[in-house]
Amino acid sequence: MQQDSTYQVGTIAVRLLSAGEGATVLFLHGPGGLPAWSGFFESLSKKFRVIVPEHPGFGTDAHAECIRDVADLAMYYLDFLDGLGPGPVHLIGHSLGGWVAAELATRNCTQLKSLTLIAPAGLRVKGVPMGDNFIWLPEELTRNLYHDQRLADEILTRPITDEDADRQLTNRFMAARLGWQPRWFSPRLSQWLHRITVPILLIWGREDQLIPSSYATAWENGIPHLGSYLIAGCGHVPFVEKPAETARAILEFLGSDA
Amino acid sequence: MPYRPLDFAERAKHRSAWVVLPNDLYDPRKGADEYESYLDQLTYAEKLGFDIIAVNEHHQTAYGMMPAPNLIASALIQRTKNAKIAILGRALPLVSNPIAIAEEFAMLDNLSRGRIITGFVRGIGTEYHATGINPVFSHGRFHEAHDLIVAAWTKIGPFEFEGEHYNFRYVNLWPRPYQTPHPPIWIPSQGSSETIKWAAAPERKYPFLVTFSAADLVTRYLNLYREQARSYGYECSGDRLGWAAPIYVADTDERAKAEAKAGIESLFNEYLANPWEMLLPPGYTSLSSMKNTMKLRKSLGSRARNQTIDDLMASGTVVVGSPATVREKIESMRERTGLEIIVAMLQFGVLSDELTRRNMELFATEVMPRLRR
Repeated sequence: MQQDSTYQVGTIAVRLLSAGEGATVLFLHGPGGLPAWSGFFESLSKKFRVIVPEHPGFGTDAHAECIRDVADLAMYYLDFLDGLGPGPVHLIGHSLGGWVAAELATRNCTQLKSLTLIAPAGLRVKGVPMGDNFIWLPEELTRNLYHDQRLADEILTRPITDEDADRQLTNRFMAARLGWQPRWFSPRLSQWLHRITVPILLIWGREDQLIPSSYATAWENGIPHLGSYLIAGCGHVPFVEKPAETARAILEFLGSDA
Repeated sequence: MPYRPLDFAERAKHRSAWVVLPNDLYDPRKGADEYESYLDQLTYAEKLGFDIIAVNEHHQTAYGMMPAPNLIASALIQRTKNAKIAILGRALPLVSNPIAIAEEFAMLDNLSRGRIITGFVRGIGTEYHATGINPVFSHGRFHEAHDLIVAAWTKIGPFEFEGEHYNFRYVNLWPRPYQTPHPPIWIPSQGSSETIKWAAAPERKYPFLVTFSAADLVTRYLNLYREQARSYGYECSGDRLGWAAPIYVADTDERAKAEAKAGIESLFNEYLANPWEMLLPPGYTSLSSMKNTMKLRKSLGSRARNQTIDDLMASGTVVVGSPATVREKIESMRERTGLEIIVAMLQFGVLSDELTRRNMELFATEVMPRLRR
């Protein structure tokens, strides 16, 4: 059973889901906000202490004025890691969270044991446009995020409370703050990727319509020691659409460190 | 300034006439004719006795062919003698160097010997898709760009501007504006209490225009401005309150409605209609007002239905009718709000030149004189 707590770094308190014991896995979520605790996190938490924070400005807290961009968020998580203990962590980031994780790792890898990027934002491939999550209609967004349209149907028919709707809107505001322009990438990131010295795994859904899986090449080119794992029949959110396969790939990568 | 020769069957295949509508639907030859027609119409307004000729800015859209309204303003300055030329307005947050806006307005002010009125806006939500400017910083950029432009107009340079969004080592405007202390600044808006509070502040007292809104909203916002002024300790004069609306006049109510129908309905359903995602990108409005909008949306459904001219007349978003009807509607709004500025949008949607001119003439002869006091 996961814990739902609050964690304070500097002036910003964030919500934290956590479970399990052992070496720490820190999961940084995407623009959609704090993910529901699921079988994916459950299987990681059988071997690791899994920590899933809600980024500043997401959820119910719209007051994170000092986080103006992804660079700020990366610095925030360096502070976060300094206070977390004990010892370095396995860092996982999805989409926006993958971008934050990569920015963090280019600045300082000393608190990291490994890095896993799932469909990360952060790089651009010229001539291969990303999808436009800010212009898509709500239904279109859900349909484009998942390859399996039965899953999209199921998500679309879930009732949404007013509280959920407010939360989604808050997340959307913060996502725009961080990723609107340049859209989901930093023109400066690619030149510093060589500073990522820890083992690194890249996971991508082959049918990702938000950030095409061909973007994996840009990461492979920038980080020669990176391992790549492509999931067939999967969109932008592999840990929701293919949770078992995604967890298996990560657990295999993390190997005997548990 | 809509692009009237638009292929509406093609338009229907796209979610909006803004940003995503492929521009091969724009034919430059037809477009050049459109510019000529519109410039002639606008110039004709001076002959008819209008006080002010107004233009505005929108980007990447068949709705308006004026991404650079100062170009049209400049042409109008050359074609007119006495009418004021109002640029309502320039979208401040969209530029990375607001000094360029201060410079252009100062040039127009000199070129016209003080005949310009400036308008400061944020642009509509689609503009943030079109320019890439982050809508989350829209308000901050607007206020800062405003401060910078007014300082550039009024402070002797060179001086340094130190902001959050804008930083300049040298601000030193050549030319300075012709009018003292600077050209009038008007604030066109669809209405928000934040904007009203800001515009009505004693150090600004900027004329406030409510655009494209139902009559009860126009009433509410203009009276909100009045109340805001009172709370600041002054009484707001009518020349600070304006209403911008599509207006069509013909000799009878029936004829007016029949002639205006295609223009009005194309304006609202083809040219202006936008999905919420394009109209209200995250951060364009405050989170709290966006939450309210989304609750409204939940009750309305995600796609706005088409509006008929009857709907729009009934809500008072447009004013259509005989001279007596149009006078009565405007007088009634004046009684409710004390407004003294009417921005009459006399061309709208696909309305032809011929009907536009007739509309302008009737408005100028049968409506305008009787509204003057």
